[in-house]
Amino acid sequence: MFESALAGIKVLEYCQMVAGPYCAKLLADLGAEVVKIEKPGHGDEARKRPPFPNDVPDAETSGLFLYLNTNKLSITLSVETETGRQIFKELVRGADVLVEDNAPGVMKKQGLDYEVLKELNSKLIMVSITPFGQTGSYRDHKAYPLNVFQAGGEGYLTPSGVENVGRPPLKVGSFLEEYDSGLNAAIAVVAALYWRTSSGRGQFIDISKQESLISLNRMDVIVRYANERKLLTRAQQGVPYGGILPCKGGDYTVFVTWEERQWDRLVSMMGNPEWARDEKFKDHGARFKHGELINALLMEWLVNFSKEELYHMGQAHGVPFGMVSSVEDLVNSEHLRARGFFVEIEHPKAGRLRYPSAPYKFLLTPWRVSRPAPLLGEHNEEVYCKRLGYEKNQLVKLREAGII
Amino acid sequence: MTLLNGIRVLDFTAHVAGPQATILLAYLGAEVIKVESRLYPDVLRSTAVVAGIGTKKTALGMFTSMNAGKLGVTLNLTHPKGIELAKRLVKISDVVVDNFRAGVMDKLGLGYEVLKEIKPDIIMLSASSHGAGGPESGYSGFAVTLGPLSGLSYITGYPGGLPAVLRNSIDCRMGNAAAFAILVALCYRQRTGKGQFIDLSGREALACGMAEVIMDYVMNRRIRSREGNRDIFMAPHNCYRCKGEDKWVSIAIANEQEWRSFVQVLGNPAWSKEERFSDQLSRWQNQDELDRLIEEWTIERTPYEVMEVLQRVGVAAVPSFSNEDLFHDPHCRERGYLVQVEHPEAGPLYVLAPPWKFTATPAKVTRPAPVLGEHNEYVFGTLLGLSREEIAKLAADGVFY
Repeated sequence: MFESALAGIKVLEYCQMVAGPYCAKLLADLGAEVVKIEKPGHGDEARKRPPFPNDVPDAETSGLFLYLNTNKLSITLSVETETGRQIFKELVRGADVLVEDNAPGVMKKQGLDYEVLKELNSKLIMVSITPFGQTGSYRDHKAYPLNVFQAGGEGYLTPSGVENVGRPPLKVGSFLEEYDSGLNAAIAVVAALYWRTSSGRGQFIDISKQESLISLNRMDVIVRYANERKLLTRAQQGVPYGGILPCKGGDYTVFVTWEERQWDRLVSMMGNPEWARDEKFKDHGARFKHGELINALLMEWLVNFSKEELYHMGQAHGVPFGMVSSVEDLVNSEHLRARGFFVEIEHPKAGRLRYPSAPYKFLLTPWRVSRPAPLLGEHNEEVYCKRLGYEKNQLVKLREAGII
Repeated sequence: MTLLNGIRVLDFTAHVAGPQATILLAYLGAEVIKVESRLYPDVLRSTAVVAGIGTKKTALGMFTSMNAGKLGVTLNLTHPKGIELAKRLVKISDVVVDNFRAGVMDKLGLGYEVLKEIKPDIIMLSASSHGAGGPESGYSGFAVTLGPLSGLSYITGYPGGLPAVLRNSIDCRMGNAAAFAILVALCYRQRTGKGQFIDLSGREALACGMAEVIMDYVMNRRIRSREGNRDIFMAPHNCYRCKGEDKWVSIAIANEQEWRSFVQVLGNPAWSKEERFSDQLSRWQNQDELDRLIEEWTIERTPYEVMEVLQRVGVAAVPSFSNEDLFHDPHCRERGYLVQVEHPEAGPLYVLAPPWKFTATPAKVTRPAPVLGEHNEYVFGTLLGLSREEIAKLAADGVFY
C-alpha cells in the first residue's frame, strides 16, 4: 500500500472553471482531501463547458469538469444567506487550506475575507487567485483566458515569426494560462504548508494570473526591456532556420541545431548534400543570416519522410528532432502509454474514460485517483451530517431554503 | 523568516527548465548551491552571445534572471575527487535536482540508489524532456521541439496556417511542475522522515496544459486544430488592432449584459442592432464580420484607452502587452514585479520578483546570480570544512575548475 504525500491535509475549494480548481486538483491527486463548494442548482461553470460525450451537454459529464475535479468531494452551499455564511465558517474552522478565485472584494463583502477567517482558524492558509491580484490599479479588471494570456507578455509574441506581423496576436489554443496560474498557486500553498508545520502559523497568499504568466517568461521577455530597453516583437522572434517545417503527408516536423555538431549530424543524416558545403552555411552565424534559403533546401529533403520517421531518425543521429503532435498522436503515443501517462477512470455518468495524469512520478507517494469527479452536491450528507453534525432532516430544510 | 528556512538544494541543472525550479526554491528561502564547472558552465551564461541574439549584457541579464538567489560552485564532475565532493555535498543537502537527459546522473555515479545510501532521506528530482522510462526516454528536447511534441503547437496558430513555435516559457512550465513536486516531497518528508526519487517529464508537464483538448478526443475522437483566437462560445473574442505600430487589445465578451455595455460604449452603432449580431450565437456565427467592425473602432484608440473605457463598464479588455508596455505599466509597478540586483560585472540588473505575495513570509530575491565558482570557499570551506590548503590543492588538481 502506497502512502499519499499530502494525506491529512484538508482543503476547502471555493472556485469555478479552471485555475482555482486546477490548484486544488493538484493537491487532491497527491492525497489532500478537497471539499469543493458549488452553487446550489448550478454548480461550477465548468460543468457547462465542453467537451461532452457525443456532444450532448450534461452538468455531470463535462470533460473539462471531470478532469479538473478528480478526487474531490462536492457540496452545495450558497453564501448569499446568513446561514450559508455560518456554514462556510464552520467548514473553514476544520480546514488547513482555503482556495478561492472570486473577484477582489467579493469575500470581504460577504464577511468571509482572511481578516475574519483567521480569527476562526489561525493556522488557515488562504490563497486567492485573480487575474491581476488583490492590489494595484487593475485589481478590479475583468479578464477571461484570452485576456489573461495577453496580459502576461507572451501573447504579444505569439505566434512568433516575421510572417505573422500585422495579424492579431494569438493565445495558445487551450486553457494553458489558467493551468499555469493554478500550478503557480499550488506551489505557494505547499510551501506555506511546509512552513506552517514548523511555525504553527497560517497566512494569506495573493496570486495574480498575470504575474504567474510573466514569471514563465522570466528569462528574456521582461528583463530584456528592463535591462537593455530592447522591445521584442514577433518580427524578431522566429527560429532563424529549422523550427517547424512541413514534411510528408501534410504534417509538420520540428528540430533545432543550436550546436555545430548537431548541424554536422543533420548534414550527414541527409547524406551530405552538395549545398550544405556552401560558404553561406559554414557556421551558426552564417546560417542565421540565410535561414529562409536553408529552410527551402531542407524542405526538399524533409518532404520525403513522415514526421514520425524524422523524429526517430533525427534522435538516432543525435539531432534534436520533435514533431508537431496532434491530440490523437498524443493519446496514441507508445511512449506515453508505456509511461502510464493516461489512466482509466470510471465515472457513474460519463463511464470509463482515459484521462491525462501528471508529469511527476514519485517513488513512494504516487499520483493516483481514488474517486472520479463528484456529482453536484454528491457529498452533502457526508460533509454536513458526518463532519459538521447536522441531522438529515436539517439538510432537507437547508435544501428547501436554497442554502445547500 | 523564510518558508524553506534551513533547506539546502544541490542544483545540477542548467539552461532553463531546471533553473526555473530551483530559482523558485531559492525565492522561497532554500539555500540553493548551483554546481557548474569551467568545462561545463551553464550554457545560458553565453547563449545570447553564441546564438547571436544579444550582447554580453543580454547574456548576463538572462542568466541572472534564471539564477538570482543561488550560490555557485565550480566542481569538475569528470574528476573522481569531484564526484567524491559532490557526494559529501549530498550528505548535507535535503534536495538534489538535475535536468540532464535521463540516465546521466547514474552514469556520473550520482544516481538515486547511490545518493540514498549517503543520505537516506534525500529528495531527488530528475527532470528530463521525456522522463526516465519509456521507449523515447533518453531522447533530447528543447523548448522549440517540446512545445510541438506536447500537442500545444498543433492547437496554436491561425486557421489553416502553420503551427506556432512556442517560447522559452515552455521550459519554465516544466520547472514549475518540478518545484511543486519537490515541495510536496518536502512536506511528506517533514511528516514521515522519508525522502524519495521523483521522475519528471517535461513533455507530460506540457500535455497537462491542454487537458480539455485531450478529453475532447477521448470522448468524441475530435482532433482540435488551430483556430486563431476563437472560443467555443464567446464572440467577440479576439485581439484587435489599435492606434500605433503593432498595438493590439484583447476583448472577450461572454454574455448579453457585457455585449450591451460594449455596444453602448461604442455609441450603439447601427450595425450593432442588425439581426446577424442579435444574440450570442448569431454573433459567434458572424464573428469575422463583427471583428472587422469592432476594429474600425479600436483602430482609432490606444490599447490603454480601450481597456479603460471598457473595463469601466465591466467588459474584459486588456492590451496585448509588449515587454516595453509591462516595464512601464502602472499596475505592474504598483505590484513591484521587478527588483534590481547588483551584478559585479554588469552593475544593476532587473530580475522578476517572486510570483506570489505571502503575508507572513514574503518571498524575496536575496542576491544576484553567482559568477562561476563564487561560493567555492563558503561551500567547500565553511560547509564541508576543508582547509585553505586542501582547497588550494584541489583547485590546482583541477577538481575545482
